[in-house]
Amino acid sequence: MEEQTPILECRNLCISYDTRGGEIPAVIDFNMKVMPGQGVGIVGESGCGKSTVALAIMQYLGSNGYIKSGEIFFHGRDMRTMSEDELRALRGSKIAMIYQEPMASLNPSMKIGDQLAEVPLFHEDVTVAEAKERALALLEAVKLPDPKRIMDSYPHQISGGQQQRVVIAMALLSKPDLLLLDEPTTALDVTVERGIVELVKEISAEFGTAMIYISHNLGLILDTCDRVTVMYSGEAVEDGTVHEVFDDMKHPYTSGLFASIPLPGADKNERPLVPIPGQLPLPHQRPKGCFFGPRCAFFTDGVCNTDKVPMRPVPNEEAHTVRCARFEEIDWAEGDHEAVSVKSVKSGKVVLKVRNMKKYYEIKSSSVIAMIRGDAVKTVKANEDINFDAREAETVAIVGESGCGKSTFAKVLMGLEEATAGEVILNGEDLANVTVQKRKAQTVGHLQMVFQNPFDTLNPSHSVGSQIARVIRKFGVEKDPDKVRAKVNDLLDLVKLPRDFAHRRPRQLSGGQKQRIGIARAFAGNPAVVVADEPVSALDVSVQAAVTGLLTEIQNELRSTLLFISHDLSVVRYLSDRVVVMYLGHIVEQGTTDEVFSPPYHPYTEALLSAVPIADTSVEQKQIILEGDIPSAVNPPPGCPFQTRCPRKIGSICETELPPLKEFQDGHRILCHLDDDVFESMEPVIVMHEDGDVVAVT
Amino acid sequence: MTAEIQSNDTSPSALSKMVKSIGLLRESPIAIFGLSLILFWVILAILAPVLPLYDPNAPLEPFKFPMSEARDGGLYWLGTDHKGRDILSRVIFGAQQVLIWATTATVVAYIVGMLMGVIAGYLGGWYDEVISFISNVLLSFPVIVLYIIIITYLGATGFNIVLAVTFASAPGIMRIVRGLVLDLRTRDYIFAAQTRGESSMYIMLVELLPNARGPLIVDACLRLGYTTITIAMLGYLGLGLPPPDPDWGKMIAETQPLGSFAGHMAVVPAAAISSLVLGFNLLADGLREISMKD
Repeated sequence: MEEQTPILECRNLCISYDTRGGEIPAVIDFNMKVMPGQGVGIVGESGCGKSTVALAIMQYLGSNGYIKSGEIFFHGRDMRTMSEDELRALRGSKIAMIYQEPMASLNPSMKIGDQLAEVPLFHEDVTVAEAKERALALLEAVKLPDPKRIMDSYPHQISGGQQQRVVIAMALLSKPDLLLLDEPTTALDVTVERGIVELVKEISAEFGTAMIYISHNLGLILDTCDRVTVMYSGEAVEDGTVHEVFDDMKHPYTSGLFASIPLPGADKNERPLVPIPGQLPLPHQRPKGCFFGPRCAFFTDGVCNTDKVPMRPVPNEEAHTVRCARFEEIDWAEGDHEAVSVKSVKSGKVVLKVRNMKKYYEIKSSSVIAMIRGDAVKTVKANEDINFDAREAETVAIVGESGCGKSTFAKVLMGLEEATAGEVILNGEDLANVTVQKRKAQTVGHLQMVFQNPFDTLNPSHSVGSQIARVIRKFGVEKDPDKVRAKVNDLLDLVKLPRDFAHRRPRQLSGGQKQRIGIARAFAGNPAVVVADEPVSALDVSVQAAVTGLLTEIQNELRSTLLFISHDLSVVRYLSDRVVVMYLGHIVEQGTTDEVFSPPYHPYTEALLSAVPIADTSVEQKQIILEGDIPSAVNPPPGCPFQTRCPRKIGSICETELPPLKEFQDGHRILCHLDDDVFESMEPVIVMHEDGDVVAVT
Repeated sequence: MTAEIQSNDTSPSALSKMVKSIGLLRESPIAIFGLSLILFWVILAILAPVLPLYDPNAPLEPFKFPMSEARDGGLYWLGTDHKGRDILSRVIFGAQQVLIWATTATVVAYIVGMLMGVIAGYLGGWYDEVISFISNVLLSFPVIVLYIIIITYLGATGFNIVLAVTFASAPGIMRIVRGLVLDLRTRDYIFAAQTRGESSMYIMLVELLPNARGPLIVDACLRLGYTTITIAMLGYLGLGLPPPDPDWGKMIAETQPLGSFAGHMAVVPAAAISSLVLGFNLLADGLREISMKD
């Protein structure tokens, strides 16, 4: 092994961008070696420079980016000395890159077959027929159903997961030595993501392709890579094999990252998440010495803030290096950050009752053919028979992937749409057919929402304070200008932001801070129910913990009910008291968190649980890979909604009849045809090995 | 309602923000040059009454060339025209007219176009159908025909010029605003405003329009240039402001029968029009360049 030359080697790489404010160093002193067939992960939060490294390897830095110093060797040749022609021959043939957005990598006006055939036609001397044949073979290799049909389709005619498979096939067509994957599954649903990750693993084993896998998700790195580099603010802070870094982390930042993600062992009462305080420094505000210093619990004046900290090897561990001045002396037990304190609160009376709620949309097709055939109006059954209760001070998670109807449900609840049938009862008042304009100000204030995208949640044209003040006035909490201002200050205190933030514009705030303002706004009217739609999924992991902690803290204090919409089961298990699992408009399973996360499962819940990437080497997950994609709600399958992808399908009954709702324990209900003895024999999906014992995680 | 949200807004004053945005202009020499050209005319127009100028409508000595001496010992810097009126004085007083009416017409066209666009984009449905249909009909007319119809039927007054420009420009502005609003309305902050029961009027005026301002400022600059040309053109065609007040377009038209005999009579107002329009276009280019950088 040691005799081999690495496929790619970065030596002391420094990359800068020229901007208005002068030179901005994006990557500093970066070293990496990729051996043939090896998978190397780069992990870090947004702005840490991980994508810049990938772009530098492709020599695609754009007009204002440049490699300031250092070398990138590809098969022993310095890429900086290559001509533009040589680079072009290399890209796409020896080095291929896969981006986050599959649609952006495919030409929307070309058939997939033609696009794929272009690659060998450009790089090799082959005929069109040969090129097409190879394209077809690779579409089969990436396990696309009916590859012949896909060859003849345009990119928009296939789903996102299928598009990403096509992109992977395209990348593999010229048998590259190195595959660069930049967050390849971030835009996809969890169950689809699992399929892609498995595919990437198989391919690297089968073709012997070396990979650089860039992700913010530690669980995915554990799944796909042999080595991992953790980056922080443009520097690699820790580098080693996946097991060294995950089990024996030496850098306080790495350790902080792991403490802030909800691993199966975490519990909101006994082992709460520990957020990293502060935020990533901007490139021109990096501190002296260690860049992580100001956020580090083990910061020592005079040691950490003097000289630049070099990467140093960890004793007794081959090739495990750390950029920390005092990693040998750190006593991990001593200086831990303050954990997010969440008191367990007894839930009270039922606040929100949803009974047989249905929401159908009518889509009118204006095409002449549809009118002649008489099917000009199609019905989309976005929500079918939604039934559940939410109690005071309780957190109810609504889990599901895109298209499952959770957003439609939120719209009906908020009064932006009227329900087609059924009741939505808040504090004894039926709101199913009362739109928001017809609701009393108090009722509107009682039902508020925290949104997903922090960059969209605040109006960029108005100051933060005026936006909160507007909500206070609108809900009739206060009218007097002085009292309104006082209330704005109270709310800023509540979300732990300085009071002078009221004068700031949203663009002067970080993502986490914006989300805090979003929370303040939702709690301005003393809400009974707060709907949080993926409130942390767009935030960096170290910030996520702080924001979820804050959200539950306020919720407990005010005894509001939290409806937590999410696809991330780790966060759901950590946060919620009860879970509702949705698929294609149906509730397929509901119960307390313990009940849903332990057998018996609905087959979909089982698959979801196995799909969550878990960044813990001691956890074993059952592998359940769902075939295909979520069907469209315009044309749902007959019978059980999940029958097209169900690994436990029992036969024709699944295709014809809607399954019965089986009640297991008090309130634990599953919508499935499976027999009782199959449910009884189900095994837990996530198993944790602790000191040799096998502990089922519930 | 609009005032209500502003009342609590104690952020840095509008003045300091203006100073900051003018500071941004420094990054684009083109924008600075464009702005200087515009300011040159604006300052002249403002100072016109106090500058030592001849009465723009007084018949003095006809057909004097530039820099020739006047009977009263003064100097005709740019000469006089066929009726013996001082050209310098006419160009400067003409600038007053052009700037006032071009700005008024553009502002009115913008108000109408923005309202149409935000209603079509946000409310959609029948509102969109009707507004888009009207706009398409107006856009299908050749602009010049539209102007001639309006001015000849309603008469050549400042108000009617504003009306004509509004008819011609508002559909284009509506399309830009509608497109921007279709994108902005999907943002979470609009959803947030809806979930707290805000009226459509509030959402359109307070939540949507302020966020569309970026591309609109650039477009407004370009449109000021077009309107300047339009007003000059109408003047040239004899459809401009009523005589005897000076009008750049009319000044050029009056030269026509005189051929090459009194070239300075046409060159001066033509150069004035070009420089002002160039100023608006360069400022728009510069602004676009600055906004792309960020």
